[in-house]
Amino acid sequence: MKLLRPAIILIGLLAIWQVVVSLSGAPPYILPGPWAVAQAWSQRPELFLHHGTITMAEILLGLIFGLGLGVTSALIMAYFRPARQWLMPVLVVSQAVPVFALAPVLVLWVGYGMASKVVMATLIIYFPVTAAFHDGLRRTEPGWLELARTMNGSRWAILRHVRIPAALPALGSGLRVATAVAPIGAIVGEWVGSSSGLGYLMLHANARMQIDVMFAALATLSLLAVTLYFSVDSAVRHAIKWQPDSHSNEP
Amino acid sequence: MNETTVTPPIPIGLSVRHARLAWHEQVLFDGLDLELKAGQWTCLLGPSGVGKSMLLRLILGLDGSQENSETINCSDGLQLNGRVAFMAQQDFLFPWLNVLDNVLLGSRIRNAVGNRDKAMQLLAATGLADVSEAMPDTLSGGMRQRAALARTLMEDRPVVLMDEPFSALDVISRIKLQELAAELLNCRTVLLVTHDPLEALRLGHSIHVMTGRPATLGAAIVPDKLPPRPVDDSGVLEHQGELLRQLAEAAP
Repeated sequence: MKLLRPAIILIGLLAIWQVVVSLSGAPPYILPGPWAVAQAWSQRPELFLHHGTITMAEILLGLIFGLGLGVTSALIMAYFRPARQWLMPVLVVSQAVPVFALAPVLVLWVGYGMASKVVMATLIIYFPVTAAFHDGLRRTEPGWLELARTMNGSRWAILRHVRIPAALPALGSGLRVATAVAPIGAIVGEWVGSSSGLGYLMLHANARMQIDVMFAALATLSLLAVTLYFSVDSAVRHAIKWQPDSHSNEP
Repeated sequence: MNETTVTPPIPIGLSVRHARLAWHEQVLFDGLDLELKAGQWTCLLGPSGVGKSMLLRLILGLDGSQENSETINCSDGLQLNGRVAFMAQQDFLFPWLNVLDNVLLGSRIRNAVGNRDKAMQLLAATGLADVSEAMPDTLSGGMRQRAALARTLMEDRPVVLMDEPFSALDVISRIKLQELAAELLNCRTVLLVTHDPLEALRLGHSIHVMTGRPATLGAAIVPDKLPPRPVDDSGVLEHQGELLRQLAEAAP
């Protein structure tokens, strides 16, 4: 059932897609059917694999940097209280300015290549990770903290042995959200300026009216994003096995 | 640093003089005196909200104020800090550590090498040797509280403060755990906060009732026999009626 359910959902969605195409009579250059898209993919698989690999690398690097920066910021804010007042505004500003608006500037500064996309993905991932982990670090069960204090733990020891492990479920939630939004950063970056990646391929195909190629690129992106999300989700579950709801068998 | 103390620490007495505590602008107690005799169990009974737990937290130094630093004195003239262990109503086991690592928590938090043999001995004494590798969420409430007791004992402190440690358990587990605690915490200076007169009468060398606002302590009740006393002991039953009457009168 575990594998059957997603398969049924996928087939159902493809069927709806086909029905919409058949009933609306939309021409293939507006909405190609799933079969036409699959054909476009199978004609040049190396094209989609090549650009998919680049986009995936951008997303993964963004995740690594965003996670590293977010975790570090949250730890600094939790450990040095004055730092919170200085870092919080930076954090809010990093979100108040939409990544879309920053994209052209980043391409100008960091270049046409992969770096600008990685920076974009990092920016978009940074906030959910930092906010979630920082919240988790601040909301440690008071009883655990008091117990650790009666055991004469230093502030650092209490952070390391109590607050950080207790905040891991919150970090996990933040990471899940970050994984879901990470592709946005990479794709927007590719749209603004690039010569490779699935976002570039989509724009390129669109300009040449190769709508089936565009949809095939979109399908590749969706597949990558979903695979990435479920990999991260299962890694998070594995890392915090002790959390009761992460291994509940409720239907 | 290796923590290998095996013999029980030398008992110390504790005296609290003129303790004062205000909470949300309400004075819970002012000028409160309490004497904890070395190596004995002192029980503190009283209606809920009277300030029993706050008094215990004050002794632990968890009340967040410094104004009571002069009020607590140890019989050996040294600081209490670092010589007191705490056991709460909830077990506060860390869900990400197994039972053995929870028992070894103190040394982990002090960055010291834990004495695993001693931890296993304590787990055996509390009947948890078989589940030393189990995660806390797989244990029953009684087992979890026994693990918390083992963790408290592992700290090996001369003074142990307990805040209703057995109140969340069913009657039979509670009675068993009371006996176990009395046996394992023998010769420690213990302050037990409880709302159960029977528990106080079974375990306490002396029993105080805390009532009123600002709260005051009643004269110590000292039952004849030594604890742990059986539940059907005539002295226990006699005092229980008296204590229940006092508590009922104090309740608003």
